[in-house]
Amino acid sequence: MATNGTEFESVRTVSVVRHYKLGRTLIPAVDGVSLAAGRGEFIALLGASGSGKSTLLNLIAGLDRPDSGAIVVEGSDLATMTSEQLAQYRRHTVGMVFQSFNLVPTMTLYENVELPMRFAEVKRKERRARVVEALERVGLSDRMKHRPSEMSGGEQQRAALARALANRPKLLLADEPTGNLDSKTGTEIMDLIRELNRTLEMTVIMVTHERPLAERYANRLVFLGDGKLVGESVNELEKIGVAR
Amino acid sequence: MRAYDLIELAGRNLREAGLRNSLTTLGIGVGVASLVAMLSLGIGLQKLATKQLGRSGLFDTVVVTARGDSRGPRFAQAAPVTAQAKPLDDAARHNFEQMANVAEVYPNFSAVGDVRLETDKTGNHFTVVGTLPQSARTSEAFDDVQGSFFSSGIAEEAIILGDFGRDLLNLPREPRGTDVKLTPEQADQLLGKYIVVRYHKREAGESAPLAGKTTKKGQPDPDDVDSSDGIKAEDAQSFNLVPKQLKLKIVGIVSSEPNRGFRQGRTPVFLPLALAESLDMVQAGELWSTLRPSDTKTYVALIVRVGRSKAVAQVEDDIRKQGFSTFSILDASKGITRFFTFLDLFLGIFGSLALAVASLGIVNTLVMAILERRREIGIMKALGASDGDVKRIFFFEAGSMGIMGGALGAGLGWTIGRVINFATNIYLQRQDIKPENFWVVPVWLVAAALGFSVFVSMFAGLYPASRAARLDPVQALRHD
Repeated sequence: MATNGTEFESVRTVSVVRHYKLGRTLIPAVDGVSLAAGRGEFIALLGASGSGKSTLLNLIAGLDRPDSGAIVVEGSDLATMTSEQLAQYRRHTVGMVFQSFNLVPTMTLYENVELPMRFAEVKRKERRARVVEALERVGLSDRMKHRPSEMSGGEQQRAALARALANRPKLLLADEPTGNLDSKTGTEIMDLIRELNRTLEMTVIMVTHERPLAERYANRLVFLGDGKLVGESVNELEKIGVAR
Repeated sequence: MRAYDLIELAGRNLREAGLRNSLTTLGIGVGVASLVAMLSLGIGLQKLATKQLGRSGLFDTVVVTARGDSRGPRFAQAAPVTAQAKPLDDAARHNFEQMANVAEVYPNFSAVGDVRLETDKTGNHFTVVGTLPQSARTSEAFDDVQGSFFSSGIAEEAIILGDFGRDLLNLPREPRGTDVKLTPEQADQLLGKYIVVRYHKREAGESAPLAGKTTKKGQPDPDDVDSSDGIKAEDAQSFNLVPKQLKLKIVGIVSSEPNRGFRQGRTPVFLPLALAESLDMVQAGELWSTLRPSDTKTYVALIVRVGRSKAVAQVEDDIRKQGFSTFSILDASKGITRFFTFLDLFLGIFGSLALAVASLGIVNTLVMAILERRREIGIMKALGASDGDVKRIFFFEAGSMGIMGGALGAGLGWTIGRVINFATNIYLQRQDIKPENFWVVPVWLVAAALGFSVFVSMFAGLYPASRAARLDPVQALRHD
């Protein structure tokens, strides 16, 4: 799997800086991070809380804007986009899953998965097929009419994954996807993410603080500390995973 | 985002907080209802007033006189000096009839004569005898007529005023100026009975001295001795005044003068206009014209009734340009319109207050919804909703509440109007006053109320919508 060369590159950040104001002091959440992810790569962002890993993920997701630096995803720089273009980008290029699932509680599973297609203006006829396809992929096709409150944590996270797949994005961003799950269901979710990563050739960037999980599933581990990149390791163990 | 997605998402949001949104919508409904109720009262009162005034014949009437003819109303506006003065004759009358928006042209025709009941040989009443065109049938004076209107324009029939009825019956007179309605028994003594009118007919004659043939009592003799020389010189214009008498059947008794318009003095007896014209009755005040040489018969004044009261100014202007003097009460009518414009404005402001309060309700509800749906907005943004999409959803919710509240309010306002109308009319009927429709809800008002309600709601939605759109998704999605 290539990690160099622009045509195989999915994400590249160049000296990205994002700081927050706390009173009069500026707190650098992300402080000059340069990072590249190849197409189809599975990267784990590791670090203690406050290390800036979630902020970096939000920047790559286009939910936040860097104070300086560039974030190039699939050839376009997010820093120069208008907010409408950023919305377009989030709609078509990125799928996101969160620690707290973030399903809309008043909507059924079907409606939750359909939601991003409403913003992407997918034709109604096409939507149903896509929802069914996404739910089959995560093994929830028999729960379509259930509301999130009627589902277990693992099921909710699988539903969130199905929703992230709805607009067929090239990039999957996961923010502590197993943080609210027990280890067994956490493993199931990670298996699912790896499967999506391989079969759909989606680039995956996952924030986690569980190093064993990262070592087991990611191609590459990136360590952040105080908003800076402090280490990187290509995961040898992962190759065992491939062989398995 | 497509329209149906917008509608669905906004719709489900409205349903989710059903009670709160219903209450907000109800608030708008009450606001719109108060606006509709107030304005329909204003419109109703204005309609009532203009209807009454319109039927009085004041506002659609132009009185035309010949320029330089001092017989006409003193207050008439003279024709522009540039226009050549023309005689007010049949040609002019026909000309007016052909003008746009002119409904009717008739002479202001009244004679003087002795009137008595056929059966009462001694009870002569010397009085003005007026005429009514057939169109006077719609005059408000006939709302409570005892008997009926003339059966035709040339029927030998008469309509009399109630207080003249008392005179005919030799009953004591009521104070002048009060409308007198006869009791059914009194009316029965008059209706279908005959009155005898003695008048003078104008007949072309030899060059005989005018004064010598006039036998009419009470009319001042012309004391201009020179005039006899003038008449000798112009034989063609000489005529005689021949006393005549005419039997008329009383068909109707009214309490107030129909088609009063600008008529001066009191006219207690009316006969059909066409009949009077065919009889060549000598008109009151016609002496002046009898001394004035003219090839054709001229009118003292012509009444031009205009179809639409808005066209009065135009018609009046056109007639003046033709070289006649005119008078209408247009300026007074403008004042009344202005008064009602102010009244409507005042009532509208009052009504709008409730709607303004209701619009604050919308702001409140939507701001609450933003707090409640903070995370949901964050999710939508993360899934690709643009700021505009979020704004439109909130905007649409505000608009929907406006439409529903507007419809509810228009219905409610209409119902309130009906109920109050109904209740007031019961009261009026007890007071023996004719029930009136003073609460009018025209279709345009309903449409305008709906539109205004949507507009106000959308305006109220502006702030919450833009606040929702500006919401930072990172903050909204932070798990805590």
